Amino acid sequence: MAPAITPAVRLRQVARRFLAPSGHLLSALEDFDLEIAEGEFCAIVGPTGCGKSTTLGLVAGLARPQAGEVELFGAPVTGIDRRVGFVFQQDALMPWRTVLNNVIAGPVFRGTARREAEATAREWLDRVGLKDFEASFPHQLSGGMRKRVALAQTFINGPKMLLMDEPFSALDVQTREMMQDELLSLWGQHQGAVLFVTHDLDEAVLMADKVAVLTARPARVKSLYPIDLPRPRHVGELRYDRHFIDIARQIADDLRVEVLKARATSAENRE
Amino acid sequence: MNEAAPPAAGAKAGLSAAELAARRKRLVIALRLAVLVVVLGGWEIGAATGLIDPFFFGRPSGIAVKLYSWITQGTAIGPLWLQVCVTMYEAILGFFIGAVLGVVCGIALGRNALLADIFSIYIKIGNSIPRIVLGSIFIVALGLGTPSKVALAVVMVFFVVFGNAFQGVLEADRAIIANARILGASNWQVTRHVVVPSALSWIMASLHVSFGFALIGAIVGEFLGASQGMGLLIATAQGTFDADGVFAAMIVIGVVALLAEALLTAIERRTAAWRLE
Ligand SMILES: Nc1ncnc2c1ncn2[C@@H]1O[C@H](COP(=O)(O)OP(=O)(O)OP(=O)(O)O)[C@@H](O)[C@H]1O
Ligand SMILES: [Mg+2]
Repeated sequence: MAPAITPAVRLRQVARRFLAPSGHLLSALEDFDLEIAEGEFCAIVGPTGCGKSTTLGLVAGLARPQAGEVELFGAPVTGIDRRVGFVFQQDALMPWRTVLNNVIAGPVFRGTARREAEATAREWLDRVGLKDFEASFPHQLSGGMRKRVALAQTFINGPKMLLMDEPFSALDVQTREMMQDELLSLWGQHQGAVLFVTHDLDEAVLMADKVAVLTARPARVKSLYPIDLPRPRHVGELRYDRHFIDIARQIADDLRVEVLKARATSAENRE
Repeated sequence: MNEAAPPAAGAKAGLSAAELAARRKRLVIALRLAVLVVVLGGWEIGAATGLIDPFFFGRPSGIAVKLYSWITQGTAIGPLWLQVCVTMYEAILGFFIGAVLGVVCGIALGRNALLADIFSIYIKIGNSIPRIVLGSIFIVALGLGTPSKVALAVVMVFFVVFGNAFQGVLEADRAIIANARILGASNWQVTRHVVVPSALSWIMASLHVSFGFALIGAIVGEFLGASQGMGLLIATAQGTFDADGVFAAMIVIGVVALLAEALLTAIERRTAAWRLE
């Protein structure tokens, strides 16, 4: 790889600490290093509460690190960047707006004329299979449909850097598989970099070019696994592929050590 | 629940669930009327037999006669509709000013932690003053006319609406705000498109109760000193030991308040359409 190519995201020696209610300092991230190349799909797995969401928040510019550097396309992150898209773990649609009005929110906030935004939004709703639901309110949709609205809402801005925080963890297995395929095909057409946080190791391996395993808190990247499964991938078939199973097993062993460590420390803290 | 019950109960009588429900509704209405008749009848009979002194406690027939004469011939201080209009004018004006101030201040302080830290202490102090006491100050300062009544209605409304708007802003979903910011919303756009809509149900709830407060403010203001209005009507009736008059004025105010309440409920329904199925 030529050194002239700047990565989409670079975290260098990053630390993020919180003041815990008990008064002492709680380190979420410490000496955290990670690079994601342009157009690369990187998944992050790690024990619960280790600092995955915190990492995304730093890249998104929603929070600042106490030490180290966070860079987007070669420039330090100083606030929210227009090139970033973020699909949240929780529902973050505006419940008082219809599906269409939720999807046009991004372009309209950024100054596009409403009429023009509506035309683009309809294309995106078509692409995520919600053409007939543009006039519905979020509470009238299923969880999977709401996630697809969130995807359309994020993709319409054409993010060069897409952050996703366990976007499919609340969905049932069938819907999740469908959404994973949908995301892969959207990403295939669109080719931004992706930073994808998940609890589900299989999901990480099935979708990503590279899986980062984090340590228990304070989190650092413990190991990086390049995933050389061929693309385009179909999640449903790939799941039974020998090579996939081998990779997943290897990473699972690595992750298990950290999960046990995290459990041990939280048990200690309780005593 | 009714549907799940064994078919025997309803089927025996040959009634559907809808008919049963309608029957129950009629029963409730009939019993309500019965309660009203017993209370008013007892009052009337008590007054007629001397058990209740109508001089102090009035009597239903006397109140009805009073109301009728107010409507047909006007009150001691002018036509009834004029008194109602004066009071309503003061209450509505006070309500609007108080509500707008409350909403604007609530949102401004809710969105700005520094402003909130500076002013919260003063608002707490202001809120702890019994607001009726302010009525006397307003009458001294602003005179016997409309402004003093409006001012009292404003302070009655302001604190309620402010408190709710402030709380509503704090309760706005953090994920929705973060999402809007990342989608590209400026601070002002977040306020306008996320914070205000999500605080709206809190604000509407406070508007609902605070119209009643505006009415109280206007009436108390008139009671303390005025040349017109429902509060003066009560004060006049009180001054002439006219118990029927006090009750009649109470009924008029009650009807007006109920109408305003119905109107606000209708508006609230429309603004919260997305919540309903
Ligand atoms: N605003 C905050 N104030 C104090 N502590 C915080 C704050 N946000 C996060 N933390 C702490 O930082 C640690 C990491 O949190 P984070 O949300 O990043 O975990 P996570 O890896 O995303 O967990 P999960 O997989 O359960 O979503 C946690 O221990 C949490 O208690
Ligand atoms: Mg998280």
